[in-house]
Amino acid sequence: MLSKSNARFFFLGGTIVTFAIFLGLSWRTLSVDVPRQTNAQDITPEVVRGKHLWESNNCMGCHTIFGEGAYYAPELTKVMERREEAYVKLLLTSKEPWAPRGRKMVAYGFSDQEAADLIAFLNWCGKADLNGFPAKPKYQHLNTNK
Amino acid sequence: MRYQSQKVAYWFFALSMLLLSLQIIYGFIMGFAHLGYDNLHDFIPFNTARAVHTNLLVVWLLSGFMGAAYYIIPEEAEQELVSVKLAYVQLISLAVVGVVAIVGYHFNYWEGRKFLEIPRPLDFLVVVNVLLFLGLILATLFKGKKRTTTSLVLSMGLLFAALLYLPGMIWFDNQTMDSFFRWWVVHLWVEGVWELIMGGILAFLLIKITGVDREVIEKWLYVIVGLTFISGILGTGHHYYYIGTPKYWLMIGGIFSALEPLAFLGMALFAIAMYRKGEKRHPNKVALNWTLGTAIVSFVGAGLLGVAHTIPQVNLYTHGTLVTAMHGHLAFWGAYAMINLAIISYTMPNLTGRKLYDTGNGTLAFWLSNIGMLGMTVAFGVAGVAQVYLERIVGMEFGVVQQEISVHFAILIVCATMFTVGICVYIYEFVKYGRPSDEAIYLTN
Repeated sequence: MLSKSNARFFFLGGTIVTFAIFLGLSWRTLSVDVPRQTNAQDITPEVVRGKHLWESNNCMGCHTIFGEGAYYAPELTKVMERREEAYVKLLLTSKEPWAPRGRKMVAYGFSDQEAADLIAFLNWCGKADLNGFPAKPKYQHLNTNK
Repeated sequence: MRYQSQKVAYWFFALSMLLLSLQIIYGFIMGFAHLGYDNLHDFIPFNTARAVHTNLLVVWLLSGFMGAAYYIIPEEAEQELVSVKLAYVQLISLAVVGVVAIVGYHFNYWEGRKFLEIPRPLDFLVVVNVLLFLGLILATLFKGKKRTTTSLVLSMGLLFAALLYLPGMIWFDNQTMDSFFRWWVVHLWVEGVWELIMGGILAFLLIKITGVDREVIEKWLYVIVGLTFISGILGTGHHYYYIGTPKYWLMIGGIFSALEPLAFLGMALFAIAMYRKGEKRHPNKVALNWTLGTAIVSFVGAGLLGVAHTIPQVNLYTHGTLVTAMHGHLAFWGAYAMINLAIISYTMPNLTGRKLYDTGNGTLAFWLSNIGMLGMTVAFGVAGVAQVYLERIVGMEFGVVQQEISVHFAILIVCATMFTVGICVYIYEFVKYGRPSDEAIYLTN
């Protein structure tokens, strides 16, 4: 029958082994794989400023990027493929609240430079290799909206 | 209660109740916004409501855990808390940091990283606050006569939770790396060390309520927290499927996430088995309901619903949709909200000396809130699955799909109202107990 000290050994041993594996894999992921898959060399000062704007305005509070965030507004990883750059710029610099289909977005009224930074960030995001996310819709051809 | 200093717990629980009420209000703001009624947009836009809703959740749960620790540790260590005054300082500073952060969110002062929106300067205050809390708990534990497994597991959970907050504070230029470490905080909290805290509190409650021998309960506690870590640490991989991290995480995350329900299943079987084995019939039925409830609902919400959408092939489509909100609601409710409500229900008669647990209100609160939350989960689930098919498989535009599924948010709001009535009854009972009293030391055991 399992004794308390066996149980403690299972807990401590299991934790140490899995955590060691986790640390090893994390090291490999961060040092080799992520820089390659995300084109780390393309992270320009503009992209960094864009990321800062993305965070300081909590864009993730409505949108998702890489599928992470909130589910109130569209996923933006591939937004620069879906939309014209001029459209995105207009939306970001608009001083009037944007409300596609009645759902309002805060009117941030960004400057041209800020809009360019955010677009650089979104362009960088769109080029990252996300293992196939977002998947291409299977029945896109049946959809009359496009 | 046995020690005067345990009374501190009451104020942490009171803060929890206050923040929980606020959290629900912001939830309604978001529910109505999804339905098309975003009338508060100019003052509380969706991203503000969202950050407030999730951060209040984190702070009220933490406040509850801290209260639980201030109650449990002196009793387990057979030692008064080393400083009651500092515990109050810690309580007030926790409340102040929480309030400043939440007010800040209304003025675009935040760091928009899901769940970790607290701005960097306030992060440092959080660290100081948690260090003070840990200092008090650990000093009491080491000064005490006894170091039980229950108190050690609880303290380890709290200590690791504090340590894991730190990686989330490192700045990265790369969004993927940022996310990678954000999950070290968020995932390793909720699917790792918080389960240690939950397990510790659950073991304490089972020892008190069922009267089963401590050695038996604590042995199984080790097995359960062992299963938690073995599955949960590498289970972090399910957050690394589609964020710019390599493909081997699909396999590792998939396998270990599939094992994650085992820990919760273990917890549920453990609670039920101990209840059936126990010969003692504790009169506090309300606390018993919440204790067994948390073990069972966490298995369904965190375990089953979790694994349902962490299968990589499924997650490719459900990632970043309302399906996540479905799992999130029942998981947090079952595992962490309910364990807090369980320990509060158990301790209130002991803190105040008033044995008010025999009223029907306690049972009413339990069932209304649970049925309400289950209804909300189903509403989120239906909306989420419909969203996945229409948007991700058929390829309809986001906004069109949102209009199609908005009706489910009407159902969500009806269920949320039921849930809220349950919580109101719970808080009414909490208030009715009144303040903690020294006389309670002699009245309870």
